[in-house]
Amino acid sequence: MTDKKTSDQGILWEVFVQSKPGIAHKHAGSLHAHDAEMALKNARDVYTRRKEGVSLWVVPANAITASTEADADSFFDPADDKVYRHPTFYTVPEGVKYL
Amino acid sequence: MTKDEALFEFLLRTGDNGLVLAQRLGEWCGHAHQLESDIALTNVALDNIGQARMALTEAGKVEGKGRSEDDLAFHRTEMEFRNNLLLEQENGDFAQTITRQFLFDVFQFELLSGLKSSSNEFLQSFAIKSLKEVTYHRSLSSDWMVRLGDGTELSHDKMQNALNLLWQYTGELFEKTEADDILIADGVIPDLEKLKESWDDIVGQVIKEATLEIPDTKGFMATGSRRGEHTEFLGYILAEMQYLPRTMPEAKW
Repeated sequence: MTDKKTSDQGILWEVFVQSKPGIAHKHAGSLHAHDAEMALKNARDVYTRRKEGVSLWVVPANAITASTEADADSFFDPADDKVYRHPTFYTVPEGVKYL
Repeated sequence: MTKDEALFEFLLRTGDNGLVLAQRLGEWCGHAHQLESDIALTNVALDNIGQARMALTEAGKVEGKGRSEDDLAFHRTEMEFRNNLLLEQENGDFAQTITRQFLFDVFQFELLSGLKSSSNEFLQSFAIKSLKEVTYHRSLSSDWMVRLGDGTELSHDKMQNALNLLWQYTGELFEKTEADDILIADGVIPDLEKLKESWDDIVGQVIKEATLEIPDTKGFMATGSRRGEHTEFLGYILAEMQYLPRTMPEAKW
């Protein structure tokens, strides 16, 4: 049943929207489409209808490899006590945006 | 017929096309086969409402009787509407909605391309603004034509049925009245005969790519909207659309 639904609607795509030229594309959400071209159009219709962006990326969700919950301790906790890794020990020149 | 009367007629036709199509597309809201198409169709509807508002507001000005866009949209009867018959046809299934959209999008794209060099300032700026929207509409509906036409056996049959049903309403998109002759002569609107050539060309290409066939209507084409003679569907559309402002003329939201 679930499989049939999935094939009717196409596969899942993750959508990334760039809100202004020069800055990073940001994850906006996901959608269904049968191929990349349709995914782009769907992304345009679903995620940029209120002028949210100037550029779009769509990525098949199954192309994304995600870290797992089980890895969380070993992956992320060691960074907890390493405050010196934050770039807060020097001054950022004026005019530098989106750092 | 004066030049202003001719322009009024053309603006009504353009405004009514947008208005009636938007009303039809709005019926899909919450009912399309997937959320993505649902939003896509209502986006197209809203673009059409925008175009209708511009055209009807200008029509009111040109007419010079103080009628607003709302007066024109909500207080005319079906005999006074000038939208093409194609646009009031029922949504049917998704195939029928897409086919109607495609046949109109190609027409509107060609019309607006011609209006970009209109001698009328309003029509020029109207065309430049609307062409961006319609370029996307045309791309969206052409995609679906090919995808479904050249899809499964079932989707192919549904698309061919839709084309068979709607083809008879395409002839009158290009009909010329006295108003059209006046406007064409003055360079206000493009020549509808030339427009038909490019329309035939593009529609033919997409239909071929979609592995569909142009139906043989044996020369028959429905006609009437230029004289306010509509199919039975328009009355129902207007009844729903006009009910509220006619029942409660002071209603605000």
